[in-house]
Amino acid sequence: MNKITNHQLYRLITAHFAEIIREPAVIFWGVVFPILMAWGLGIAFTQKGEVHLKLAIVKVIANQNTMGETKLAGFMAANGVKKDSSYTIDLKNEKLGNVSLAFFETSWPNAYTMLKKGKVSMIIEDGPAGVKYHFDPANAEAKSAYQLVSNLYEYGPTFYAANQSGIEPLTMKGTRYVDFLIPGLLAMGIMMACSWGISYTIIDRRSKKLLRRMVATPMKKSNFLLALITARFSMNVAEAVLLFLFAWIYFGTKVQGSWPALIVLFLAGNIAFSGISILISSHTSNPEVGNGIINALVTPMMVVSGVFFSYHNFPDWTIPLIRYLPLTMIADSFRSIFNEGAGFMDVWREALVLASVGTISFILGLKIFKWY
Amino acid sequence: MTDLEYIVDVRHVKKSFKDVRAVKGVNLTIKPGEFLALLGPNGAGKTTLVEMIEGIQHPDEGEIFIAGKQWKNHEHELHQMIGLSLQETRFMDKLTAYETMRLFASFYKLDTVRVDEVFKLIGLEEKKKAYVNNLSGGQRQRLALGVALLNKPKILLLDEPTTGLDPNARREIWNILLALKKEQNTSLILTSHYMEEAEFLCDRIVIMDQGSILAEGTLQEILTLGGGHRSLDELFISLTGRHLYE
Ligand SMILES: Nc1ncnc2c1ncn2[C@@H]1O[C@H](COP(=O)(O)OP(=O)(O)OP(=O)(O)O)[C@@H](O)[C@H]1O
Ligand SMILES: [Mg+2]
Repeated sequence: MNKITNHQLYRLITAHFAEIIREPAVIFWGVVFPILMAWGLGIAFTQKGEVHLKLAIVKVIANQNTMGETKLAGFMAANGVKKDSSYTIDLKNEKLGNVSLAFFETSWPNAYTMLKKGKVSMIIEDGPAGVKYHFDPANAEAKSAYQLVSNLYEYGPTFYAANQSGIEPLTMKGTRYVDFLIPGLLAMGIMMACSWGISYTIIDRRSKKLLRRMVATPMKKSNFLLALITARFSMNVAEAVLLFLFAWIYFGTKVQGSWPALIVLFLAGNIAFSGISILISSHTSNPEVGNGIINALVTPMMVVSGVFFSYHNFPDWTIPLIRYLPLTMIADSFRSIFNEGAGFMDVWREALVLASVGTISFILGLKIFKWY
Repeated sequence: MTDLEYIVDVRHVKKSFKDVRAVKGVNLTIKPGEFLALLGPNGAGKTTLVEMIEGIQHPDEGEIFIAGKQWKNHEHELHQMIGLSLQETRFMDKLTAYETMRLFASFYKLDTVRVDEVFKLIGLEEKKKAYVNNLSGGQRQRLALGVALLNKPKILLLDEPTTGLDPNARREIWNILLALKKEQNTSLILTSHYMEEAEFLCDRIVIMDQGSILAEGTLQEILTLGGGHRSLDELFISLTGRHLYE
């Protein structure tokens, strides 16, 4: 009679947990997908070996009497390796990394098409009057291509190899893109898992009249929500551990700061998003509306909170706002613990704010919660 | 409690949703052990009335006493005392029938002994291990009935428990309820669209339309009302000019 397995909290937690793990899609999106994302992005943005830049050259011939060759083309013929209608020039520098420049000779229309499709990052107009570079200065790759090519043209192929003594490449852990990415993915995992796992579940159960059925029994309402949060939290722990293990084994990711601080912050992040999830799902019984509400919460933070790329590229006036978004606080604090060796003293404020936001949202949500 | 005359006493209850007056001043009493059928066309207010008795909805006006108590101050006791099935409930898809029953049993602090008993009672023993979303409609209705019976309720409220079932499945549910009636420990309020169901199971029939009670009594009493009708449908036409069911 008094067996723990007959207790309502135990039964509610196991019921919610069973619902999570018996859905293969949940396992995929919660566990496999973040790992795939870490793997894919980690590889794509970890610069190993050569950089390949592709450029289009458009020759402009003023009249038949000028020299047969235009200037840049002449330079290419002298220094590059010709293959069909393209030249390649390899620039070597151990510290900067080798760069291979490929120049495609083509017509204007074709050059534009290649640029639009991203096959080349710049068009070089090569005429008797000189060289003109057509590119988008906001595109970092095009800009660096411009600098390389203009220097190359001016100083010759040896310029790139010169002057290596002043460069110290950063290869230490904590400065690579994966090191930026993994803490962000962990933070995002908490947000996604709570908002879909808790909010959507509540709204779905309400729409199926299951909430109504359950509260027509002596079930304690708080137990229902507590169980839902607990089941979700255990799953979040599992997802985070698996992602971390992958990053540790595959990329050698390390926690340079304090583990206890990391755990406290993980807890605080879960409290924050569990509370918010209860609040946003407290009223609607329409899953489509719920879908919209969850997306409205999650999508802006996905974009601005710097999960994948630093938010410091956003306008200055937005930065203070962005920094106080829950996802940003979690991601930034995770990063400082992972990469900057931060300890508890560096992140306790964030942890406190997150936990408070969660608790207040939870209490508010419970006040206006519609069980029927 | 046994000396209470009425186990359910609904006094002048009204309920509106925006511009819809769903229940317009209903009085209704049920004696301990009595089986009562609530009949009426779609939108008559049956579900609204039953859910107010269940404490799920709250009347705008009027009072409801269950075993002499009101929902306001006795929520916990009343929840222990009633069993119910809603017109449409989907249990958790990925739980088995057995896990679902155990979950609800835990709310009443009941153990597996009672769970096994109920499975036997509803004849769903071979389906214990099946996921809820793999059960047929009839099996789900039986599961819902089982959940309603877990706590051996004094008052059982079933909102269309046999809608959509084939005649065999319907009869199985009737037999479960008939066995319950013989024990005389339970009062039943059942909403239905089937006259045979009301006739077969219930001591008393209440006909509702547009939020009001039109007629009330045993089947015989109702039919003789207004001069000898052959069926409830005929009576309904004479009362409202419309068919009970299209
Ligand atoms: N939550 C609600 N919001 C608005 N209107 C409602 C609500 N619930 C019920 N109604 C309206 O109240 C009236 C009575 O509905 P109710 O569900 O009680 O009817 P019913 O007799 O159970 O019908 P059925 O046989 O179709 O189940 C209907 O007109 C319905 O549209
Ligand atoms: Mg109804």
